[in-house]
Amino acid sequence: MLNKVLDLLDPLLILSAALMGVALYLIFIWVPTETNQGAVQRILYFHVPVAWGSMLGIFVVSGSSFMYLWKKTEKWDRLAVASAEVGVIFGGMMLLSGMIWARPVWAVWWTGEAKLTTALILFFIYVAYLMFRAYFPPGAQRQRLAAIIGVIGAVDTPIIYFAANLWSQAHPPLITGPAADAESALGSDLGIVLTASTVAFTFLFIYLVQTRYKIRKSEDDLVELKRAVSTSAMTGAN
Amino acid sequence: MMGSLAIIWAIGRKDLLLEIRNKDVVVAVAGFALLVLVIFTFAIDLNQGNAKLVGPGVLWAGIAFAGVTGHNRAFALEVEGSTLEALMLAPISRDLIYLGKALGNFLFIAVAQIIVIPVFAVLFNLVVFRWEMLAIALLTTLGFSAVGTLFAAMSVRVRAREVMLPLLFLPVVTPLLMAAVESTSHMVNGRSWSDMAQWLQLAVAFDVAFIVVSAFIFQHILED
Amino acid sequence: MVSQTTQLAVKAEAVVKNFGETAVLRGLDLELPTGEVTVLLGTNGAGKSTLLRILAMLTQIDSGSISMHGVDIAQNGPVVRALTGSVLHSPMLYADMTVRENLLFFAEMYRLQNVDDLISSTTVQVGIEQRIDDRVRTLSHGFQKRVALARALMHDPQLLLLDEPESGLDSRSVEQLDRIIENYKSMGRSVVMTTHIVEHALEIADRAVVLNNGTVGLNSTNPAADKTEILAAYSSKANDQ
Repeated sequence: MLNKVLDLLDPLLILSAALMGVALYLIFIWVPTETNQGAVQRILYFHVPVAWGSMLGIFVVSGSSFMYLWKKTEKWDRLAVASAEVGVIFGGMMLLSGMIWARPVWAVWWTGEAKLTTALILFFIYVAYLMFRAYFPPGAQRQRLAAIIGVIGAVDTPIIYFAANLWSQAHPPLITGPAADAESALGSDLGIVLTASTVAFTFLFIYLVQTRYKIRKSEDDLVELKRAVSTSAMTGAN
Repeated sequence: MMGSLAIIWAIGRKDLLLEIRNKDVVVAVAGFALLVLVIFTFAIDLNQGNAKLVGPGVLWAGIAFAGVTGHNRAFALEVEGSTLEALMLAPISRDLIYLGKALGNFLFIAVAQIIVIPVFAVLFNLVVFRWEMLAIALLTTLGFSAVGTLFAAMSVRVRAREVMLPLLFLPVVTPLLMAAVESTSHMVNGRSWSDMAQWLQLAVAFDVAFIVVSAFIFQHILED
Repeated sequence: MVSQTTQLAVKAEAVVKNFGETAVLRGLDLELPTGEVTVLLGTNGAGKSTLLRILAMLTQIDSGSISMHGVDIAQNGPVVRALTGSVLHSPMLYADMTVRENLLFFAEMYRLQNVDDLISSTTVQVGIEQRIDDRVRTLSHGFQKRVALARALMHDPQLLLLDEPESGLDSRSVEQLDRIIENYKSMGRSVVMTTHIVEHALEIADRAVVLNNGTVGLNSTNPAADKTEILAAYSSKANDQ
């Protein structure tokens, strides 16, 4: 029993939990409240790291999709699907936390600002990536096609960002809240907390991707076992 | 090189011949887009200011949605008789099949726009018969068919492909859609080419990127 | 470039193909010399059609290697495609184009020369010259199958792949098909086919390969003589299903 519990204690899990504890201490106890925005500003210590995590996810999906098309080895496909799932969850948390922060600070839930638009469109592309994998019949073709979506997303990203930038110049974002353009009064403290929190979330991201990768590997092993079992069943019948 | 162009044209011409006989795709695209336009004339109070403000967006959103239907239909036709497999049996490289199918789809959506855009001009009372409109429409249609042909070929074997294709297609073409809407908006407001230059350049970049990448990547799609 | 006599028409080594949890081919090894008519047998789901689709390069293998006439299909797809002609389950024709339009289109896809002569001789060979300007939609299933055969023969392939070619054909057409296959073989070409008229196929075939559990269960070079054995291997599995 105890062994099983210890098995679950991955060093990465322990490390990210410890870092998360440090980050929480810094966010809620150590760093003073920002004077312009008030307590709500502390959301950024969560929002920025998860945004970073979702970017990391997209980056890994694109890279490993490309590698899968090139090398056709299963590990790249597993890495792609693992980071797509974790990346989409981080992306969802980024969108939600951003909106909760924007409402009091910018006085709107959402606006056509370039980074927001880009993040939202990319979020949709990677949700479509996961849906495609769920809908397509299993086999090597599914992995190839999913990898193609990953590569297409990577090609599209700079174009989307450029377009969203042009767009927001033509339609200036509607930001009218109480502290819309005030500089942060925190100075270097802000940087310290953001860095600590980002490091903690990066390790959490790596831990989650690694875990999902292992589950994916087990799923593949299971499929292989099922195939082997059906072989012996058929041979037995003869 | 000439041989490759001949193959691409042969596939496109074959699609045109079938389309002239069946009118499957053009009618679907034009009909869908026209309905979107008509519904918006009821949904929005169309005084002159409003028409200029929302007209371009309505036009291109309608064509984008209709384009999804058209691409779905075009590939479904090739799959129903398993003729896509006959194309795959031929000793030609896969990028030619892609470019041939994309050419056909480009022509269908372009023809549908020849019907849709004049009706848009009438319903929204906007001046659209200008060279700018031609450039915008050609660039946008090119990008739509480049991406649509790729994703339609990928969605063919998905259950619920009618759902899957728009979910893949629409987010990816968003930058192109922005370019089309913004340029058209500049045009109906009587601005010059230089005002829309950046958007047209963006559309060109999008088209080139996706035609090249899709043609290159298409070899991974067809075989199961 | 392609020597007909010294090379194997098909050489498959350790071919594996899975569809998800279903293993279709589990390390199949098969060598088929040129100039033979091979009939593939096996129960439903034994992998006959999958193997034909793999040889037609419509399905990619998961692992292993296949070469045809000495050309590796993974290395040089277009060359191998030009060497094979396929008639699979569906006729694969554009229903709203005429027979001639279909054949013209596919002739362009194969970059053929003297297309008009070729089309008239091929359509005579398969007996569809009367209906050449009719739309495929108006033809019976048997006639569509003949057009498909014409499409497969037009580029004069070295290897003909036929998936149950007799389905939908009347007995006279089956005889005609036999003559085409015989004629083809006499030119030193090879045929790989599946069938649902097993006894008949064993008479015309030079080789029978029974697929069993994703590998070759039985490989007979004298199918007419080994008929009992083949039918036993085949029907015992049929009873299991």
